[in-house]
Amino acid sequence: MTADLGVSIAPDVLLGLFEQMAVIRGTEKAAHDLFLAGLVKGTTHLAAGHEAVAVGASAALRPDDYVFATYRGHHHAMARGATPAECLGELMSKGTGLNKAKGGSMHLTKASASMLGSYAIVGAHLPIAAGAAWSARLRGTGQVAVAFFGDGATNIGAFHEALNLAAVWSLPVLFICENNLYMEYTPIGSVTAVEHPAADRAPAYRLPSQVIDGNDVVVVAQTVGLAAERARAGEGPTVIEAMTYRHFGHSRTDPATYRPDGELDEWLTRDPLDVARARLAGLGVPAEDVDAAARRAAATVADAVEAAKAAPGPDPAEAFRDVWQDGGAAWRT
Amino acid sequence: MADVITYREAVSEGIAREMRRDRSVVCLGEDIGAAGGVFKTTAGLFAEFGGERVWDTPISEQAIVGMAMGAAMTGIRPVAEIMFSDFLACCWDYLANEIPKMRYMTGGQVTVPLVVRTANGGGLGFGAQHSQSVENWALAVPGLKIVAPSNPSDVIGLMAAAIRSDDPVLFFEHKGLMASKGEAPPAEHLVPLGQAAVAREGGDVTVVALASTVPLALAAADRLAADGIGVEVIDLRCLVPLDMATVLASLGKTSRLLIVEENPYQGGWGGTVAAIVADEGFELLDAPVRRVASECVPLPFADALEDEVIPTTAKVIAALRTLLAY
Repeated sequence: MTADLGVSIAPDVLLGLFEQMAVIRGTEKAAHDLFLAGLVKGTTHLAAGHEAVAVGASAALRPDDYVFATYRGHHHAMARGATPAECLGELMSKGTGLNKAKGGSMHLTKASASMLGSYAIVGAHLPIAAGAAWSARLRGTGQVAVAFFGDGATNIGAFHEALNLAAVWSLPVLFICENNLYMEYTPIGSVTAVEHPAADRAPAYRLPSQVIDGNDVVVVAQTVGLAAERARAGEGPTVIEAMTYRHFGHSRTDPATYRPDGELDEWLTRDPLDVARARLAGLGVPAEDVDAAARRAAATVADAVEAAKAAPGPDPAEAFRDVWQDGGAAWRT
Repeated sequence: MADVITYREAVSEGIAREMRRDRSVVCLGEDIGAAGGVFKTTAGLFAEFGGERVWDTPISEQAIVGMAMGAAMTGIRPVAEIMFSDFLACCWDYLANEIPKMRYMTGGQVTVPLVVRTANGGGLGFGAQHSQSVENWALAVPGLKIVAPSNPSDVIGLMAAAIRSDDPVLFFEHKGLMASKGEAPPAEHLVPLGQAAVAREGGDVTVVALASTVPLALAAADRLAADGIGVEVIDLRCLVPLDMATVLASLGKTSRLLIVEENPYQGGWGGTVAAIVADEGFELLDAPVRRVASECVPLPFADALEDEVIPTTAKVIAALRTLLAY
């Protein structure tokens, strides 16, 4: 794993990242509880444990850089500026939801913040992100596109087609794998021929790659910052494999009994929030300031839960809006 | 302008006209650059617009259509080529799950203004994996606009409308029509999506056709005209938006309907047209609705076998005579 890259981070900036991660963690826990209370239907894929990847990467990006996430994407939506109330509203089928209650947990999108969607077909968004990077190059905007994906996505064709073409065209795109060791219920190592499913494939496409500690927000921010700089300079894509762990099962119906005893406990000792706390202490930030940030985060989440609960359901007419650009759904003339 | 142009030339001319007026129109696909495409439907584009507007890709259908989608979401109007429509199966995720659902699933936050062009259809003896008419695959997916022109003028006019559309368009170019000729339309020629054409007027029976089946229907109409029978031929031009008003108006005159389609009878688009007529035009009819479609077998290689399976003028004539005798 990559050690600290030596790029300094200001204490107040890191405290802000800690608070963002605490908001995401609180929102994920709230989503879990709301699901058990019957207020969230369908399914949810919680990202508790993955917060540092989203928050660290987002901190290193320009506001107009494009982000593409997976169905486990709540953390990316919030890291790019979606509010917990908008996200929980979507999960709870409310008219105030981020996607007007038409996407659900797996499709959170905040286009106004260049967060261009959460994709529920594994690996599909890697070519799409490469296309956004191609567009940025054609338009000369200097934007970078980032595709976040799970370890399971590295064995589907779209991953390989995207890496190859992005490499050949030297596109400003970052491929960031959140390796949480499991593709759904199966250990990734038991279905993949290489140790690092993303990073070890990169050399086949002549792409640089790094395996990093995905639970350390500072390491993520520094790594992504350098890769984005490289991409903006026209030097092409980078593959980053961020090692992390999900605190919950794959989806709401999964108790994750397949995980060996002690594995979760071991990863909990490297909880991204605790890693950030230790770094803040090392930077001399008083514990009470960190606690205050945690309390603000908890209050933000509590307010969001109440706002989402109180919000109205969607207007039934919404079912027939926005198939087409004219706002409608007519398929006949 | 009375210049004559082939269907194949009309494709590249239609794209070139849009590339000249809008710098955000960019093409990508396999062998479309200096090679001009395996059907030569992009001939001249690379020479005129260069490598920054016309991009050769690897054989990576998912990357082609997926990248077109990402570019379309961020300010580009991509025109992606999938060499044979059969190969749409290699990237169907994007056309079934991603592109048509993006705008809806995001509550209107994102639009995907792209065109995926592809060579469709049989009659050339390419066998079962390079000859299918798959427009019915697309019809099964809400959120895609579907265009299939039958003549060079419509290729140019519909290409203009497709590229200017803010909605995703699947544009089927029929392989069997590539060498066919027609009048080159004037500059700024535009055929709005969702407007069927009455290709031939007649009072006795209506034939609804699309792309390759339009010339079949017109040839059949010629033969029946010798017997004093008036066949009205409607060229749908698009399956979505579907112009049923023109079909129902024609049935108001003729009271008899034959649908001629190259995709298989099983799941073919004619079933949708027939269902709408049964629902909304039942009282207009004096006879059952008939369909001539491809048989429900994989397309065979030999010409003699392929003709057994796909619609032919002889089959259309036979179906019309049965229908008129009812």
